[in-house]
Amino acid sequence: MSSTKFILGLFDDPDVMMHGIDKLQKNSVPIYDVYTPMPIHGIEAKLGIKPSRLGFAAFMFGCLGGTTIFSLVYYFLVHDWPMNIGGKPAFAVPDFIPVTFEWTVLFTAFGMTITFFFATHLFPGRAPRVMDFRATDDRFVIAIDAKGNIPHEDITNILKEAGAVEIKHNDRKYVSYE
Amino acid sequence: MKTHNSFDEQYQFTGKLKTGSLIAIVIGVITIIAGFLTNHAEQTFDNLLLVGYYFTCVCAAGVMFCAIQYAAQAGWSASILRVPQAFGRVLPIAGVILLIIIIAGLSMTHTVDGHVQPYLYARWATPDLHIKGSGIYDHVIAGKEGYLNKPYFISRIAAMIICYSIFGYLLSKYSNTEDDLGGMKFYNKSFTISAVFLVLFGFSIPVFAFDTIMSLEARWFSTMFGWYNLAGLWVSGIAVMALIILTLRKQGYMSWITTDHIHNLGLFMFAFSIFWTYTWFAQFLLTYYANIPEESAYFFRRWEPQFMPWFWLNIIINFATPLLVLMSRDSKRYEGTIKVMCIILIIGHWLDYWQMIMPGTIGPKEHWYTEFSLLEPGIFIGFAGLFTFCVMTALSKYKSLIPKKHPFLEESLHHHI
Repeated sequence: MSSTKFILGLFDDPDVMMHGIDKLQKNSVPIYDVYTPMPIHGIEAKLGIKPSRLGFAAFMFGCLGGTTIFSLVYYFLVHDWPMNIGGKPAFAVPDFIPVTFEWTVLFTAFGMTITFFFATHLFPGRAPRVMDFRATDDRFVIAIDAKGNIPHEDITNILKEAGAVEIKHNDRKYVSYE
Repeated sequence: MKTHNSFDEQYQFTGKLKTGSLIAIVIGVITIIAGFLTNHAEQTFDNLLLVGYYFTCVCAAGVMFCAIQYAAQAGWSASILRVPQAFGRVLPIAGVILLIIIIAGLSMTHTVDGHVQPYLYARWATPDLHIKGSGIYDHVIAGKEGYLNKPYFISRIAAMIICYSIFGYLLSKYSNTEDDLGGMKFYNKSFTISAVFLVLFGFSIPVFAFDTIMSLEARWFSTMFGWYNLAGLWVSGIAVMALIILTLRKQGYMSWITTDHIHNLGLFMFAFSIFWTYTWFAQFLLTYYANIPEESAYFFRRWEPQFMPWFWLNIIINFATPLLVLMSRDSKRYEGTIKVMCIILIIGHWLDYWQMIMPGTIGPKEHWYTEFSLLEPGIFIGFAGLFTFCVMTALSKYKSLIPKKHPFLEESLHHHI
């Protein structure tokens, strides 16, 4: 049994790569993922990737931020230490709105960054998970899980026919940990 | 996307839409005449000023939309540019109507408590306010006479409308010539005049709002008022544009408009509704925080029991509704939601303008629900009909509903978000 874990097809043109995806799908070869140096319109629909839930996370972080600061300000300025500012009631809601707004934005921004880091395993000081280094430069990479997808020769041939400039049989999933 | 679009199809303004708009105009005219005959001249004038201003602002928003797209070298909007261009074509008509309303309102007078005062802008245009010993002499208003006097006032508004109309006309003309001749020449020309227009428009539109609306309550002023009105202008302009595009699509025109274009218009409506709230609240918070009596009077009037329900309804319609409805991606991509939101926002911004005008002019009546009479909806329907008629007629004069030689056309046809 071969020790190949992933088969990578490297393309130098996004359109050729898109045709490559079609070809693999026509031959019922499941695609693990595609890595490109730039966003490609319509690729999510083609690969059947579910819409991102980052927006929902952002909304939740925003709600959390707004609630947090509103409760804090309420505790400070109404419950714990009411002050007379310009003769207004202690619970002067309009005055609370700017800070509530700012914290909503702050929590949303930080929350989305952390969620993104969490979802993509990108943390400062951690080696990023990369299957092929040139996928961040000038190659469009289709990755196919080798396990169960046999014979590997057929997949190689399909990729070659589709116009891949290079085909790699990698023994490990990520090359960036070395 | 469809593989073939007909770019040479000319819009035919016929059928139900034309009949409907003509009927609406008739309703409007009857309401105006009835308003004058039933001794409601002041309220009629206030309503006319409201819709006249609204009409002008929506048309100016069309010119602003074109100018922003050119100045930003935006690609996505190239295929929908004809609609805002038609707004620009109608701007002179809207401006002339607004000027007629203002001049008539300033020159027609009635007597209130023994003082002769005009129907519009009575807070500064009443002659007795400027005469010492007349009983109602107001040194603050008299001190503003250098700025708030009839000839300067009218010539300022006229100058702004003429200026915006010229730019609207030029943008439309260049685009038409581009259709015939092609090339980059007219795109570059449009770019230049768009940049010039945006500078002029950005600095003068607050003055336009100060003059036309804020001077109704001449003792009060707010520097946020101009931006607040600009935000309202932009949201209502986008909403009207989206509604017209959806209507055209339903009639079988503009087959190249995809869900992504609708999504973009929805984004604009959502984002600028938030911006409108931001400016609205900034104006309110400054007044609330400082709590200076002469400033607070403005919100005090809107806080009277007769106006308070409308005050809150304004916030609900123009802020809470777009915030909750348009936030998710799916709702922006569904034509039905966008159409309903357009109508809600168009009515919402009418209510916003109503809030700016009525408490300081008509003032509180018996109940909150008697603040509205039949005049309000009647005159609004009339002007909506007039707007539809003018814009659709302007659209039907274009040889094609798409600027077919626009350099970014392909990008717009393949727009994807």
